[in-house]
Amino acid sequence: MQASPCLSRPSFRLSAIATALALAAGVSTSALAADNGKYRIGIVTFLSGAAAGPFGVPAANAAKLAVEALNAGKLPAPYGKKGINGIEIETVIIDEAGGATKQTEEFRNLVQRQKVDAVIGYISSGDCIAIAPAVEELGVPTIFFDCGTSKVFETVKNPKFLFRTGLDAVVDNVAAARYIAETRPNVKTVASIQQNYAWGQDSWNDFNLALKQIKPETKVVSEQWPKLGQGQYGAEISAISVSNPDLIHSSFWGGDMEALMLQGGARGLFDKSVAVLTAGETGIEHFKANVPNGTVLGGRGPFGVFAPKNALNDWFRPAFTAQFKEPPTYPAYKMVQAILGLKAAAEKTAKVGAMPTAENIVQGLAGLTFEAPSGTVHMSRSKGHQAVQSVSFGEYQFDAKTGKASVTKVKTYAGECLMPPDGSNPADWIKAGFPGAKCS
Amino acid sequence: MSSFFAILIDGAIYASWLFLVAAGLTIIYGVMRVLNMAHGSFYAIGAYSAASLVGWYFSGEHGNPYWSFLLLIGCALVAGAIVGIIIEQGLLRFLHGRDEILMVIVTYALLLILEDVTKLVWGVDPYFAYQPYRLLGQTAVGGSLRFANYDLVLIAVSVLVGLAAWFVLNRTNKGRLLRAVIHDREIAVAMGVNVNAMFAATFAIGSVLGALAGALTAPAISVTPGIGVEVIVLAFAVVVVGGLGSIGGAAAGAILVGLSRSFAVHVAPEFELFVIYGVMFLVLAIRPQGLFGQTLARRI
Repeated sequence: MQASPCLSRPSFRLSAIATALALAAGVSTSALAADNGKYRIGIVTFLSGAAAGPFGVPAANAAKLAVEALNAGKLPAPYGKKGINGIEIETVIIDEAGGATKQTEEFRNLVQRQKVDAVIGYISSGDCIAIAPAVEELGVPTIFFDCGTSKVFETVKNPKFLFRTGLDAVVDNVAAARYIAETRPNVKTVASIQQNYAWGQDSWNDFNLALKQIKPETKVVSEQWPKLGQGQYGAEISAISVSNPDLIHSSFWGGDMEALMLQGGARGLFDKSVAVLTAGETGIEHFKANVPNGTVLGGRGPFGVFAPKNALNDWFRPAFTAQFKEPPTYPAYKMVQAILGLKAAAEKTAKVGAMPTAENIVQGLAGLTFEAPSGTVHMSRSKGHQAVQSVSFGEYQFDAKTGKASVTKVKTYAGECLMPPDGSNPADWIKAGFPGAKCS
Repeated sequence: MSSFFAILIDGAIYASWLFLVAAGLTIIYGVMRVLNMAHGSFYAIGAYSAASLVGWYFSGEHGNPYWSFLLLIGCALVAGAIVGIIIEQGLLRFLHGRDEILMVIVTYALLLILEDVTKLVWGVDPYFAYQPYRLLGQTAVGGSLRFANYDLVLIAVSVLVGLAAWFVLNRTNKGRLLRAVIHDREIAVAMGVNVNAMFAATFAIGSVLGALAGALTAPAISVTPGIGVEVIVLAFAVVVVGGLGSIGGAAAGAILVGLSRSFAVHVAPEFELFVIYGVMFLVLAIRPQGLFGQTLARRI
């Protein structure tokens, strides 16, 4: 038994040397790849963990689909030109799992070793806040495509390289409050169940403030704060049941959202109370008969089933469904939106056929208005670095005969009606009665 | 009044689930002195197997829907036993008697590997086996409070598992041999007990219990990547509170944690996150070996 460690030493050395060589080879390949005449985009999204299934993988799939189509020049106008400004695109896709510290290192790796020309990524709000300063420090155009925290442009007050082509969570919840006030005027009592971390806490604060502003007579009867990924909600469902709310607000997502609806449905929680799920659109293909018709769903913008009919959506939705056997949900739409924003910015400012520089992207994207499968996107907040779009809510409808789910009674609210003006604190803006909001 | 009943029933349901999850972990530790981090993976494999099989059963022309309960239990037995035997015979038997810390690291590596294996086999999309959960209907307790009968049945299953473990350990010859191994492995070997066979059987039983917990939970949840990691932390909290290696301790730990959490959810929901670890802290501060754990003299 003593011999084996000694015998293993040469092979250990061998594998250590092999690993070092492989790493060195990886670095040199990366350096070469950066000079291969292609436009290199780092894509960061969850490929593992609980957020991979509902968000990360659909977004990664959408990136692959969009880049392939762009390189083949198969997209409808105004994106018919191949690649980005005629330059072929290549992607480096990395996993967002591991937390903010790891992601900050990974971001530096993407920029300094993988030599990417731009980065599109980040679903987690914590990752976005951690990476935002590094974006400005390293000077690489970076688009946050999904994270919902309203603190991104509080962290970086004068952004140059940092952009967000998606909306923040404030607009979701202001829109949800407006939808409830219009469609459920008799709601008097509200319960809340949120995952106990920044996303859940901010979502509930924004919704609660907005609803009280719009319908001051509403009363909160229960607030539940289960752990992210808990999966078992028996006690929370009981606590909400005994409080008899008219409305149950939740920003749950992924498996937690589906488990809550399964368990609550089986216990009759939604027989008397209507649920509003601000991220519900991602579950629409999985809910089936487990979620009662009339449940209010949001799609964090005009995405997924809420997307309008236009040439880009006519291409994207069928192409994604054909390739991945499931219709695209909002993370997929938001990823394509970010890629198209990057392309539109490059082609606005770079010389025809030239490799777009960081300056080209920064100048082109700030304040840009561009088209996406979700409609027109205006980069008009936070000095032209934050997108403004409409937000839609609707009611879930499942047809047991066809097995198809859809949304009805859809209402769409303009971004200008939901977003605070630049420089104002969202909570203060809501408490002040939404000054400057332009609602039709 | 309905809140009082809700706290009791919710606490009992959660405790029964915790016990199912923790039972296999504590049995393996009690016999083998292996704090098995990969137990969460057995739970995940049980849940995925059940969701796949039940999903398949209900997707086609099926017979009596109640057969799906047998499928849940059957797939847990098969999947848990296969995975457990492969891991014990393929890896752990070469490490018997090694330091407990080393075994934590080895089984943690196993957890990470099995997490990726489940992703390779089942992908990252959610799986559902919701039909059995609704099949048994609901029971009303008071005005607006209703419970899924499936959850109430889970309490009975958990009690049965606990009684079966007690019976096997205390009333059968194999159980007595196992207790001899738990009490003193060296003396048991000297008396002719085949300890290696005992270890293999124990690990298989532990992994079957982990898979059973996953399979019975699958109908109430969306089976997604990462569920095993979430569960293992809770299972550790329960067995540490009860005392490592004690079935009775796992039951007591599950009841204490279940009721405390239920009380927190109903009375002070902002403390829900804290309460499980608060209970663990209090118990360990008073009895560092856990409620039913024994203080052992260290051998030098």
